[in-house]
Amino acid sequence: MRKKWLAILACIAMVATLFAGCGGSDSSGGDSEGSDMKVGFIFLHDENSTYDLNFINAAKAAGKELGIPEENIILKTNVPEGQECYETAADLADSGCGIIFADSFGHEDYMIQAAQEFPDVQFCHATGTKAHTEKLDNYHNAFASIYEGRFLAGVAAGMKLNEMIEKGEIKKEEAKIGYIGAYTYAEVVSGYTSFFLGARHECPSATMEVTFTGSWYDETAEKEAANKLMDNKCVLISQHADSMGAPTACESRGVPDVSYNGSTKDAAPNTYIISSRIDWTPYFVYAIKAAQAGEAIDVDWTGTLQTKSVLLTELNEDVAAKGTQDEIDKITKELEDGSLHVFDTSAFTVEGKNLDSYKADVDTDADYTPDTEVISDGYFHESEYRAAPYFDLRIDGIKLLDEAY
Amino acid sequence: MNKKTKTPFFHIVKRGEIPRWESIMIHAIALILALILCAILTTLLTGQNPIDVYATMFEGNFGTERKTWILLHLLAVLLGISLALTPAFKMRFWNIGGEGQVLIGCMASGAVMHNWPQLPNALLLLLMLIAALAAGALWGFLPAICKAKWGTNETLFTLMMNYVAIQITAYYTIRWEVPKGSGKIGIINQASHKGWLPSIAGQQYLPTILVVALLTVLLYFYLKYSKQGYEIAVVGESERTARYVGIKVEHVIVRTMSLTGALCGLMGFLLVSGSAHTITTTLSDGRGFTGVMVAWMGKFNPIIMIFTSFLISFMGNGAQEVASRFHLNHSFSDILTGIIIFFLIGCEFFVSYKLSHNKKGKEE
Repeated sequence: MRKKWLAILACIAMVATLFAGCGGSDSSGGDSEGSDMKVGFIFLHDENSTYDLNFINAAKAAGKELGIPEENIILKTNVPEGQECYETAADLADSGCGIIFADSFGHEDYMIQAAQEFPDVQFCHATGTKAHTEKLDNYHNAFASIYEGRFLAGVAAGMKLNEMIEKGEIKKEEAKIGYIGAYTYAEVVSGYTSFFLGARHECPSATMEVTFTGSWYDETAEKEAANKLMDNKCVLISQHADSMGAPTACESRGVPDVSYNGSTKDAAPNTYIISSRIDWTPYFVYAIKAAQAGEAIDVDWTGTLQTKSVLLTELNEDVAAKGTQDEIDKITKELEDGSLHVFDTSAFTVEGKNLDSYKADVDTDADYTPDTEVISDGYFHESEYRAAPYFDLRIDGIKLLDEAY
Repeated sequence: MNKKTKTPFFHIVKRGEIPRWESIMIHAIALILALILCAILTTLLTGQNPIDVYATMFEGNFGTERKTWILLHLLAVLLGISLALTPAFKMRFWNIGGEGQVLIGCMASGAVMHNWPQLPNALLLLLMLIAALAAGALWGFLPAICKAKWGTNETLFTLMMNYVAIQITAYYTIRWEVPKGSGKIGIINQASHKGWLPSIAGQQYLPTILVVALLTVLLYFYLKYSKQGYEIAVVGESERTARYVGIKVEHVIVRTMSLTGALCGLMGFLLVSGSAHTITTTLSDGRGFTGVMVAWMGKFNPIIMIFTSFLISFMGNGAQEVASRFHLNHSFSDILTGIIIFFLIGCEFFVSYKLSHNKKGKEE
């Protein structure tokens, strides 16, 4: 008998749940315009990840710069790269957001799904690759020419190597760099190659070894990778992964480190040299302004040194070689005026040959079909045919220790 | 000489069966005490008004129609996995491999979906379902047959099967990644919607919810009224009794674990074809373990399990809203959920035992 009324109660609860849901719904996204428009942000992790913190800070800075009241900036943290991303994006659209940003590569398909459902809401996805082929009016990608920042950080690394050679700490041919990457993804390949080219621009005898961890954030794996590289007699370390694993491993063994996403000087005061990072504030400001004014947002927006999207964080004078800042300033100018190109084809070889033609996989597809000629005027045109990097050449001088990921 | 004996303030007495209303009262008191403690903690740690926090949680679940559907979907998936785990646990087979059984179901149906998108949708869905059921059943069968034949430890065995499933999934994630090197498959068949469960009445989650509702009813009758359900209960109470009355214990163990595995596989199929449309190693998201808690808290009764999984889904879903509204870290909502579950599990003590006052001056 009791079981029966329990079952009835369960049914009532279920029905009540349904009704409560229907009652509270008056959802329609995207009709708010102008300065009182709400802005939504979707982050993969929270402020404990250096990568997401960089985005969260930029979101807050952009809100402040545009004078958007705090309650109209909605931040959603810890949104996984799955159905939850679509649900969160749709929920933000329901609550009246006119423009919604997402920060992680794996969010892309779910942002597209939401963009198809809410044509009046603008969806902007950082680091994605599909906007230029999806052809949706309200779906956009953005990235920055971070390879230029990497190159400049590489210059600092090359000068440090030169200093070590001059002091007699290492021989010329021992100038070996170690690099920890997350995946063999083009963004990472473009990053370590531009970093290496920057270093070799200063120190012609430099070589590099790269290892991959198979995760964007894995403190233990990154630390172990750094230790492995140092055991392999790498005399300088850099990384493209988001934890403090590599910087702290370097600090404990006194090996200089070029960081990423932001300064790690606090944790590694004796080994941190410099770091490059993307500042997303200019993009957020640009896109929000455009959405407020009802203007079109670029399908693929690429931030550069000029837009102040690509930044170098504080140079640690205690560790860096003398004159590093002057050299960086000089090369920044050369990059800005176009007299120097990071991927100048005369600066690198692939299997012993200089390239004069290369088709890259710019349009994302399951077969990785090369589709776009990217070498002209003597250099590889990175981040021009789409914002996200597509440089995936394995150049001479860099040894990949593994390619499992 | 005065001999002084210390009598403790109270002592513990085992209870017999207590009436259901009393059990419900004990749970309700525990829930209220947990909410009060959460409220005090909220005020002390964050300075927020606890009523606002609870209201926000409620809004995060019922604020819009979409939020309610999301809640119902979360509830359905958690309940479905808990239901799948129930037969084995009722048999006192310590299966902590639900995570792997769900994941291998996801993997199998995702593999079919990824490799044969040219098939007609109905056939593709059917193949995906069969693959998921078979893979899940295999993940349940292997530890069970080894336990039945050689007496291996099922806890360790099922736990390790989780890692096997995770590694297989990780391997194929890298194999089928798009674009190269990214470690992500992305949505499978995004343009053609091949292998996607169709929406019912425009609601994408409704098929999953209906299947789980049906599963709840079926499992209720299976466990309560079928011969097999009775065998499970007897084996769970005492293997020797089961043997004595002529139940083939090994047979029941293997059959029940294969059923549990297959049902977990079914949930994997629903996850992939009904909502995620992709394969990642984190698809089951710890629910293979949370489901164990739901099943135990619900005392293996599918109807009560609706409430326990509702509670956990409600708290989890509300957490996102709280984190975003009050700029609190997600961990704070996890703390609140933890406190509530602690009280609910803790109160089981008072269902089984009773504290009795030791009256002063009373000599034994």
